[in-house]
Amino acid sequence: MVMPKATSTPSESAHQRFPSPAEQQWEQRVLDPALAKNPENPIGAASGVNLDDAGNARFTTISGTEVDRLYTEADLPREYVTDPDTFLGLPGQVPYTRGIHATSYRGKLWTMRQFSGYASAEETNARCKYLLAHGGSGLSIAYDLPTLMGYDSDDPQSEGEVGKCGVAIDSLEDMETLFDGIQLDSTTVSMTINSPASVLWAMYLVVAEKQGVDWNKISGTLQNDILKEYIAQKEYIYPPAPSMRLVVDTFEFGALQVPRFNPISISGYHIREAGSTALQELAFTIYDGVEYVEWAVRRGLRVDDFAPRLSFFFNSHNDFFEEIAKFRAARKIWYRLMTERFGAKAERSHKLRFHTQTAGVSLTAQQPRNNIARVALQALAAVLGGTQSLHTDGFDEALALPTEEAARIALRTQQILAFESGVAQTADPLGGSYFVERLTLDMENGAFDYFRKLDAMGGMVKAIEIGYPQKEIAEASYQYQRAVESGEKIIVGVNDFVVEEQQQAILYIGDEIRLQQTEKLKRLRARRSNEEVQRRLAELRRVAALDPDKEPVVPGQLSSANTMPAILDCVRAYCTVGEICEALRDVYGSYTEASWT
Amino acid sequence: MTTTSTTPIRVLVAKPGLDGHDRGAKVIARGLRDAGMEVIYTGLRQTPEMIVNAAIQEDVQVIGLSILSGAHNAIVPRVMGLLKDHGADDILVVVGGTIPEQDIPSLKAAGVAAIFGPGTSLEETVTFIVQNAPRRDVV
Repeated sequence: MVMPKATSTPSESAHQRFPSPAEQQWEQRVLDPALAKNPENPIGAASGVNLDDAGNARFTTISGTEVDRLYTEADLPREYVTDPDTFLGLPGQVPYTRGIHATSYRGKLWTMRQFSGYASAEETNARCKYLLAHGGSGLSIAYDLPTLMGYDSDDPQSEGEVGKCGVAIDSLEDMETLFDGIQLDSTTVSMTINSPASVLWAMYLVVAEKQGVDWNKISGTLQNDILKEYIAQKEYIYPPAPSMRLVVDTFEFGALQVPRFNPISISGYHIREAGSTALQELAFTIYDGVEYVEWAVRRGLRVDDFAPRLSFFFNSHNDFFEEIAKFRAARKIWYRLMTERFGAKAERSHKLRFHTQTAGVSLTAQQPRNNIARVALQALAAVLGGTQSLHTDGFDEALALPTEEAARIALRTQQILAFESGVAQTADPLGGSYFVERLTLDMENGAFDYFRKLDAMGGMVKAIEIGYPQKEIAEASYQYQRAVESGEKIIVGVNDFVVEEQQQAILYIGDEIRLQQTEKLKRLRARRSNEEVQRRLAELRRVAALDPDKEPVVPGQLSSANTMPAILDCVRAYCTVGEICEALRDVYGSYTEASWT
Repeated sequence: MTTTSTTPIRVLVAKPGLDGHDRGAKVIARGLRDAGMEVIYTGLRQTPEMIVNAAIQEDVQVIGLSILSGAHNAIVPRVMGLLKDHGADDILVVVGGTIPEQDIPSLKAAGVAAIFGPGTSLEETVTFIVQNAPRRDVV
C-alpha cells in the first residue's frame, strides 16, 4: 500500500478565505445586487444567535456553529485542492475520511440493528423474532434500569422500574429465555449494558456454550462504555478506577477467547442526548477511546491485540451536514490517534467502525408522526456518513417505548433508504463537497483542541472528576434550550406550527413484571445450590481484589487477576445480577457524583 | 400575612429513581434560577424519604420531580404520603418527564399540581410555579 506523504491535516492558523477572481467578480456582480434587493432573513426569530454584530441575518447549525452563505475552493486548504488523494484519501484508504471499505455499501449494506427490550425476557424474545422476521439484520438488547444498575428485580431499589426501560434480566435463566430459538452463531447481538457489562456478557457466553456454539464463532457488541456514564448517562455503579479495570478485563478476555466480539462500543450517543453539541459528542467520545487505550496499554496489553475490536457509537441528530461531517471526521481523527499517538501497526486498529442511532432527544411528543420525517433525515445522514450499523427510532419514542407499529415503520425507513433511494450505491457521495469538507475539517480541528485541553487535565478520568465534560454539556444544553424558548431555533410542532391534539396510543408497561420476576427469583433461589453460589461469589471477591498491575503478564495468557473467569463461574451457578454486582460493590464501593447544575 | 414579590420562591428539583438522564432536571434547575428562584438540585437517585427530608430542611415551597423512567406510579404517591406525614403537604409538587396520559388522573388525585410533558417551555413552567407556589411569611 502506498502511504501518503503526510496524514495530518494541513495546518491552518485560522480559516482564512482567498476567493478566486471569479468568486470576487460574482460577489460584486451577482451577490451584492441580490442582497441589496432582498436581504437575507434568519431562520427563526430575528434575535440572539440569529443576528451578527451588524444586525444581519446569521445562520448556525443546531450546535451553534456559524454556516457561511457559500463554500468554494477558497474554503479549503490548498493541499486539499492540489493533492486530494493524499489529504482526503479514497475509500478504504488512509486517512479513511471517505470510508473504511473500498466498495462502501456495494459490498455489504449497513446492519439494520433495531434496539429493543421491554418487560420480560419472553416478551423481548418475541419482539426480537418479529424484527428478524421483518428484515432486521442484527439484534440490539435494551436492559431495564435495575439490570443496568446491578440490582435484582426484587430489590427495594427496583420498585417501579422493572421492565420499564428495557428487559428485566436477573439470572442466566432469563438470558436463556431471551435468546430461546435465536442461534447465536448466525445472529450478531449488541447489548446496551455498561457497569454490569461483564456479567451480562458472561451470561451471553454461557447461553452460547449451552447452544453448543463455539466462542470463536460468535460476534456482537457490548456497550461497556463506563466513561460516558460518568459524563452523561449516569448509570454507573463503582468508582472510575475499578470500573476501568473491569473494562480492560473484557478487552483482554475478548482478545484471547472471543476474538470476533467487540468488547466495547465507545459511545457519543448519550453525550449528545444529554445536550452536547456535535463537536463535543465527537471530541469527548473519541477521547474516551484514547483513555481506554491508555489504560489497556498500561496493563500490558499490546495495542494491536485489542484495538481492532474497539467500536464506536454515534448519535445522528437534526443538522444534516453537521452530522455527516462528524462521522467523516471521526474516522480520520481515530486514524491519526492510532498511528500518531499509539503507534498501532495493524490496519484494522486504524479503522473506526461505528453504529449510529437517530437522536431520541430530537423526537417530539407533539404531532409524533412528524418524527418519521426527522428519523428518515437523520438516518440518511448516518448512511451518507458511512455508518456500519443503524438503529432508527420509533416515532412515538418521546412518549414511551415504541409500539410494534412504530418499530416496524422505523425499520421500513431504513429499508427505503437501502433499497429505494439509491444513496447506498456509491461511496461517500458528499466527498469533495466544499461545504462538507470544510465542516469535516472544522470538526477535526475542534476535536484536537478539546484533546489538548483534556490532555492538560491529565486525561478523561481526571476531567470527569472535576466535572469538566459534564459542565460543558450542561452549558450547551441550556444555551440550546434558550434558543428554543426565544424561537431562534424552531422545533416544528413544539414552538411553531402547533396544533391541538389528543395523545395517541402508546406501549404501556405495567408494574406486574416486577411480581413475575420476584416469583422467578424465589423459585431460582430454592432450586439452585446456594452453597455453590456463595463459594463462587467469594472467589469473585478474591480475584476482584487483586491488583492487575502487580500480577505477572504472560503474552497470550489471561492475567490471573482477570475477573471474567470468576464471573463466568458465578453465572453458571445461577448467581443473580444483583448478587454478582453486590460482590463487586463489596470490593470496589460505589460512586456518587457531585451534582453540577 | 406579609408577602413580597422580592422574596424568591424556593424550589427543590429532585431526580428520584434509578434513572440518570438529568438533562431536563438540570435545564429546569437553571431556568428557574434564571427566573429569580432559589433552586436546590438534589442530584441523582434520591429516595422519596431523602427528597421529603431535603424539602423540609431547605424549607422549600415547591418540589419539582423529574421522572422519565416510568417509575412515577411507585415514587410520586410515596413522596406525597411522606409530605402529608410531615405536615408539609402545603408544598407545591410538580412533575416533569414522560408520563403516560392514563397515569395523570391518579397522580393528580395524589396531590400533584401539574405535570409537564416533553416539549413544555421553561416559560410555562415558571409561570405555573409563580402563580401557584404557596406564599411564605417573611420573618
